[in-house]
Amino acid sequence: MSAIEKLKSNFPQSIIAIGNSAGQDYVLIKSEDLKKIALFLKNELGFEFLMDLTCVDYKGYPGREEKHRFEMAYQFYSFNNKERVRLKVPVEESSPSVASLASLWLSADWYEREVYDMYGIHFSGHPDLRRILMYEEFQGHPLRKDYPLKGRQPRIPERK
Amino acid sequence: MGLETAFGNSFFTSRIDSAINWARKYSFFQYPFVTACCGMEFMSVFASSYDIARFGAEFPRFSPRQADVLFVVGTVNEKLAPVLRRVYEQMAEPKWVVSFGVCATSGGFYDNYATVQGIDKIIPVDIYIPGCPPRPQAILDALTKLQEKVDKETVLKYKNRGENERN
Ligand code: SF4
Repeated sequence: MSAIEKLKSNFPQSIIAIGNSAGQDYVLIKSEDLKKIALFLKNELGFEFLMDLTCVDYKGYPGREEKHRFEMAYQFYSFNNKERVRLKVPVEESSPSVASLASLWLSADWYEREVYDMYGIHFSGHPDLRRILMYEEFQGHPLRKDYPLKGRQPRIPERK
Repeated sequence: MGLETAFGNSFFTSRIDSAINWARKYSFFQYPFVTACCGMEFMSVFASSYDIARFGAEFPRFSPRQADVLFVVGTVNEKLAPVLRRVYEQMAEPKWVVSFGVCATSGGFYDNYATVQGIDKIIPVDIYIPGCPPRPQAILDALTKLQEKVDKETVLKYKNRGENERN
């Protein structure tokens, strides 16, 4: 039984969709159940490694509702079963917030800070949610689709 | 400066100029401000096949106060800009700046929210080296061009010069 099937039988209420993208199985889940499912993945299914965590801004993307503008993507790996699984979580534009996984996987700490810096997603329960790449004075979140492409914010006055 | 500038632009200063410039151009102490991939080519110029020591500029100084030439090697982003400015301001006169690679020169292909579009938006630059990254020969070429430039300078240039006049 693959991890996806186990998730399906254990959390039928939380799963919005199951799919396959370029050979990688993924599960789209409800954002309020993220912590619960992540805990299950770690403790029951042996996914001890959170490889990556990132966000996609679907603003203006054809065929998507405006409401669920962002989507988080979590990529897990199990060393023992040599198996990968991807969790996807829709995030609403009006209150961009999901649960932090930093207490379960330490690698989530800096990844979440990066997503916060670039997309402005808040991670509730994160120990230290600060910008990680841009400087503190920076206004806005540069990888959002509505941030201007060349929106530079110089820290010191430029010469002529 | 001292006695030599008191005489103004005369035979005396031109003799002094040629002696001082000769000494300066063959003994650059450089400050390598290396931020990105260009650094690899920059390092190769120090190795034996290109050997920047032949031009008397092999000596890196990791304190800006002891350096003559600031080599800005690689991408400079907005977060780093105040640091670069400060390093430049800490260098003692006379000082020169070489912008190494397209990133330092114009921002290169990083025309985005994070990258300074050329370090001349922050500090004055004497020599620009094109390339991504420039070949070691281009670096040696720039160094000889800088030597020619230094050769044309006069000690009078630094007479009574305020901190901000150069900027
Ligand atoms: S000019 Fe090219 S090699 Fe040099 S720092 Fe920029 S991208 Fe890297």
